[in-house]
Amino acid sequence: MTIDLGAIEIARRVNAGEVSALELAREAHGRIAERDGAIGAFLAETEQLARRHAERVDGAVRAGQHLPLAGVPLAVKDNMCLEGTPTTCGSKILAGWIAPYTATAVERLLAAGAIPVGKTNLDEFAMGSSCENSALGRTANPWDLSRVPGGSSGGSVAAVAAGEAAIALGSDTGGSIREPAAFCNVVGFKPTYGRVSRYGLIAFASSLDQIGPIATSVEDAALVYDLMAGKDPLDATSVELPAEPTVTALREDLAGVRVGIVREFGLDKLEPDVRDVYQAAYADLERLGAELVEVSLPSADYGVATYYLIAPAECSSNLARFDGMRYGLRVEAPDVTGTYEATRAAGFGDEVKRRILIGTYALSSGYYDAYYVRAQKARTLIAADFARAFSACDVIACPAAATPAFEFNAKADPVSMYLMDYYTIPMSLAGLPSLSVPCGFVTPAGSDRPLPLGLELSASLFAERSLLGIAHAYERGTRHAASRRIPAIARAGAAS
Amino acid sequence: MSDIDVAYVAKLARLALTPAEIETFGAQLGALLEHVNALAELPTGDVPATAQVIAQRNVVRADDVVPSLDREVVLAAAPDRMGPYFRVPRILGEEA
Repeated sequence: MTIDLGAIEIARRVNAGEVSALELAREAHGRIAERDGAIGAFLAETEQLARRHAERVDGAVRAGQHLPLAGVPLAVKDNMCLEGTPTTCGSKILAGWIAPYTATAVERLLAAGAIPVGKTNLDEFAMGSSCENSALGRTANPWDLSRVPGGSSGGSVAAVAAGEAAIALGSDTGGSIREPAAFCNVVGFKPTYGRVSRYGLIAFASSLDQIGPIATSVEDAALVYDLMAGKDPLDATSVELPAEPTVTALREDLAGVRVGIVREFGLDKLEPDVRDVYQAAYADLERLGAELVEVSLPSADYGVATYYLIAPAECSSNLARFDGMRYGLRVEAPDVTGTYEATRAAGFGDEVKRRILIGTYALSSGYYDAYYVRAQKARTLIAADFARAFSACDVIACPAAATPAFEFNAKADPVSMYLMDYYTIPMSLAGLPSLSVPCGFVTPAGSDRPLPLGLELSASLFAERSLLGIAHAYERGTRHAASRRIPAIARAGAAS
Repeated sequence: MSDIDVAYVAKLARLALTPAEIETFGAQLGALLEHVNALAELPTGDVPATAQVIAQRNVVRADDVVPSLDREVVLAAAPDRMGPYFRVPRILGEEA
């Protein structure tokens, strides 16, 4: 079907009048009807809205306009506002809330002709690495329905992997785009902090949150990023720096490129089959012309510890707004404090409560310097490590995650779940642009289901052009994304 | 184990917890604090703190009046309202 051809080809066909945006909207909703019962990527379909946008796009095309995302089905993570539709953050505290405005990133894609087909599942308030923390739905990995899609952008990633949308938006605070993209064999890209407006993204940790594209190719991700990036007066932290187009920087080989391999991320920590895939990925980078250089990030090992003070501290402050007064759930008690306490107790799930508690503790009198300030200093050291490393290389390559997708309920211990983001958190703390690109498969013992792995590539601040160009050359030179299709079980009822 | 007083922290965070939750969260947060205590190994003494990585300060816009959200749309999302106001539980008369 046309939806499987990627954003660039879909838009080409719609602009050429070969297929209508309305047909693409129908394809997407047909796919969702066929597959989402098994996958559960969506919390809400926006079928009427999709039709309205499709009619508008078809009208514009007939009038001779060219739209870069004409008719491209778009899935939006449900922590981003889309006017007139429910926006829940996967939380009971916002269940039923209708967004009164649209996030800037979403708005820019709609203006470019994208068709919003629905809102996708996530770990509650984007806190998690498996999507299991959602209070409103369960999302399965299209490659093996007994496994998680990763998180927190698990619904967006599963939707693209299952062909229910051609592109999706995710948000990444400590790895929430990159880890699930790796688990589901798609491209997931977190731009530099401040490149894409956060207006309309419901805040989790404001110094780390960043919106980014999820797509089936680097080229599509680059196009979506180009359309979203740039200053927004409605987000004071969005950067003034002009965002130069990245689609014109995509390259076919890696001649002259220096790829940093991190000494402290030695592959000997990994299971042998996973290690083999990453060794092969590094060898492919070399085969394509890159020079591999060893770099050192001595403080990166402290990334998870640093992150689990800074992110919860910011979350405890941001989520104070959910108090049952102006929007969302209210559980009445005789007095106002009791109402706050009862509302938040009933509205938040366990992981959100844990993070609010640890953040409140880290910011409380007597502990602020020992925890919060020390973590902010560690953040300085981690960012300085990267700055040093990038004097010797153009990008850093490492695993996006230490394992492929795991089974449901496999990480009951919170710290074991937090460690899933070991390879993604340091880049988030440093604000760097970073992406995951498919790099091969492993088949766990006793299973007949190959599971994808992702190669994480990261560059220095604002070096999106260089990063996407290199990722594109790696993707073109290996073609892991196109090498296999999701298994038939997820296609039950498919006509073809 | 750490000395985290979960009941006290929950009070600061305006979060009602059951005794069972206090026990479970206490153990889980204790394990996390053990992990984060590794930061004491880092030489952070005279290192400046980083609040966010992009150097931006004093971002202001022109002082022009622009349209904001419609009051009716915003109030429609309120758990309780009275005319053009949010209706909230009684605050006056409570002890601080």
